[in-house]
Amino acid sequence: MSTTRRSNLLTLGMLALLIYFLLPLFWLVVASTKSTADLFSTFGLWFSSDVSLLHNIGKTFTYDGGVYSRWMLNTIIYSLVSAGGAALLSALGGYGFAKYKFRGNNSLFALVLGSIMVPTTALAIPTYLLFSKVGLVNTPWAIILPSLVSPFGLYLMRIYAQDAVSDSIIEAARIDGAGEFRIFFRVALRSLMPGLVTVLLFTLVATWNNYFLPLIMLNDPALYPITVGLASWSSQSVGGSGSTGDLLALVVTGSLLSVIPLIAAFLLLQRYWQSGLTAGGVKE
Amino acid sequence: MSISPGLPGVRRRRVNHANSGYLFVAPFLLIFVTLLILPLAYAAYLSFFREQLIGGTVFAGLDNYTRALGDERLISGVVRVAKFFVVQVPVMLAVALLAALAIDSGLLRFAKVIRLGIFVPYAVPAVVATLMWGYLYGRDFGPFAQLAEKLGGTGPDFLGSGLILGSIGNIVTWEFTGYNMIILYAALRTVPTELYEAAAVDGAGALRIAWNIKLPALRPALLLCLIFSVIGSFQLFAEPNLLQRLSPNAIDSAYTPNLYAYTLAFTGQEVNYAAAVSFLLGLVIIVASSAVLFLTSRRSRR
Repeated sequence: MSTTRRSNLLTLGMLALLIYFLLPLFWLVVASTKSTADLFSTFGLWFSSDVSLLHNIGKTFTYDGGVYSRWMLNTIIYSLVSAGGAALLSALGGYGFAKYKFRGNNSLFALVLGSIMVPTTALAIPTYLLFSKVGLVNTPWAIILPSLVSPFGLYLMRIYAQDAVSDSIIEAARIDGAGEFRIFFRVALRSLMPGLVTVLLFTLVATWNNYFLPLIMLNDPALYPITVGLASWSSQSVGGSGSTGDLLALVVTGSLLSVIPLIAAFLLLQRYWQSGLTAGGVKE
Repeated sequence: MSISPGLPGVRRRRVNHANSGYLFVAPFLLIFVTLLILPLAYAAYLSFFREQLIGGTVFAGLDNYTRALGDERLISGVVRVAKFFVVQVPVMLAVALLAALAIDSGLLRFAKVIRLGIFVPYAVPAVVATLMWGYLYGRDFGPFAQLAEKLGGTGPDFLGSGLILGSIGNIVTWEFTGYNMIILYAALRTVPTELYEAAAVDGAGALRIAWNIKLPALRPALLLCLIFSVIGSFQLFAEPNLLQRLSPNAIDSAYTPNLYAYTLAFTGQEVNYAAAVSFLLGLVIIVASSAVLFLTSRRSRR
C-alpha cells in the first residue's frame, strides 16, 4: 500500500488553488502596512517603502475614543457566551437524544433536524419584533439568545455521542450509584470533547461573523460587534472625504486585526475539530 | 452492602432512566421553541395582517401573499438567487470535491498546508471578505485595475451591473470552498482503508479508486454540503448589502429577497408584508432543499 509516489503536477495545481485562497489575505496584510495615500499610489500586492503598520494599528485602536477595542470586546463576549452556551445545550441535548429512549425521542429529533432548513435570516425580522416587545432590542441578549439555537450542533452531538460514549460505561457508572447528570459531567463529557469543541468553534465562527442579526438588533455603536462597526466605518470612508479619508486605512487594518483571533483558534485547535468532524459530522 | 445487577430494585430504576432523557433535552428544546418556533409562528401570524393609515392594523387574510406572488421586485430577486445557486454552487462544490480528493489521495506534497490554507477563508467574516474583495475589484487601488493600467488598458468593471453577480459569486466561493472541502475530506477519512487496499490489489489506479469507491462514499456528505448551499444562496445578504455602497447602480434594495425583506421592514416600515416575504422565502428554501433531497435520493435508488 505504500505508493508514496508524489505527483508534482497535482501538487502544482493545488498550489495554484492555494494562491487564489491566500492572495486576498496577503493583500490585506500588505494593505495594512500602508498609509491611505500609499494605498492609492503604490502597487496593491507589494509593500511600500514606508511601513505604517504600527501607526495604523495605533490609530485603529484609538480612533473615535477607542471604539474599535470596544467592538472587539463585544465580539469576543457575544461569541464566547453564544458558542459556550450553544455547545453545552447541544452536548446535553445530543447526549439525551442518543442515550435515552424516552417517548417522543424520534419525532422531537426529526423536528429539530427539519428546522436546519429554516433560514436564520427569515427568523431575524420576527425575532426583532418579538424582542422589541420585551425590551431586548439593543442589548447584548439580542445577539446572544438567537445564537444559542444550533440545530446542526445538536445533530452533530447526537451522532457523536452515539459512538463516543459506550453504553457499558454509563451502565457501570449507574451501578456505582452515580446520578445521570453526574455521569454526564464526570464520565461522558470527556469522550464528547472533540465533538463539543467542533460545535463550539463553528458556533464561534457563526457568531463572530454574524452581520445581519446585529445590524437589525443594535443601534448603539457602543454595542456593535466588529462586523457592524467595520461596515459603518467603511460606509463613512466611501461617502466622505478629507477627515474621513483616513478611515480607509483603519478599515483595512481593522479587518486584518479582526480575522487573526479566529484563524489562530482554528489552527491551535485543529486536532480537536478535525477529529470531531471526522467522527461525527458526516454519517447518516 | 453491595447490590448486584438483576435485583428488582435496580431493574425498576433502569425503567426510569429513559425519562431522565427529558431533562437532558429540555434546555435545548426550551431555547429551540422560544427562539425558533415562536418567531416562526409570529411571522406567520403577522403575515395575515395589514397596517392602514386609517383603522390601524387589520386582518388581511392572504392579501400579503397574493401581493408577494405578484411582486416583480421580489420575484426578480428570487430568480436572481436561483440563478446564483445554479452556477455558483456547482463550481464551489466541484472545486471543494477535487481539493478533498487530491488531499486524500496521498499524492500531494504539502498536503496539510494546502488543506489549512484553503480552509482559512472560512474564518474570515463575510463583512471582511466583502470589504476586501470590494477593494480588490475596485478601480481606485485594486491590483487588477493597477495591472491593467500598466498594460495600457482598463480592467474589467467587476462592480458594474454586468459582472456584479459573478463578483459576488466569487466572494462566496472564496469564503466557503474550504468549509465544504473540510466536510468532504472528513467524510473521506471515515472510508475504511481496507477498501482501497483491496482495490489496489485488483489493479485499480488512484483515479479509479476515487471514482468507484470514494465518490459513492461521499454521497451523504455532498448532500449535506448541497443543502447548506441552498440555504446560504437563498439567504444572500451581507455581500450585496455591503457592495451596494460601491456599486449603487448595479445593486438595488431588492437585489436579493433578504435584502428586500430588510428594506421593507426597516426602511419602508412595512412589517407585515416583510413578515410574509420572510415566510415565503423560508418556504422557498424548504421546497428547494426538499427538491434537492428528492432528486438525489431518487437517482441513488436506481
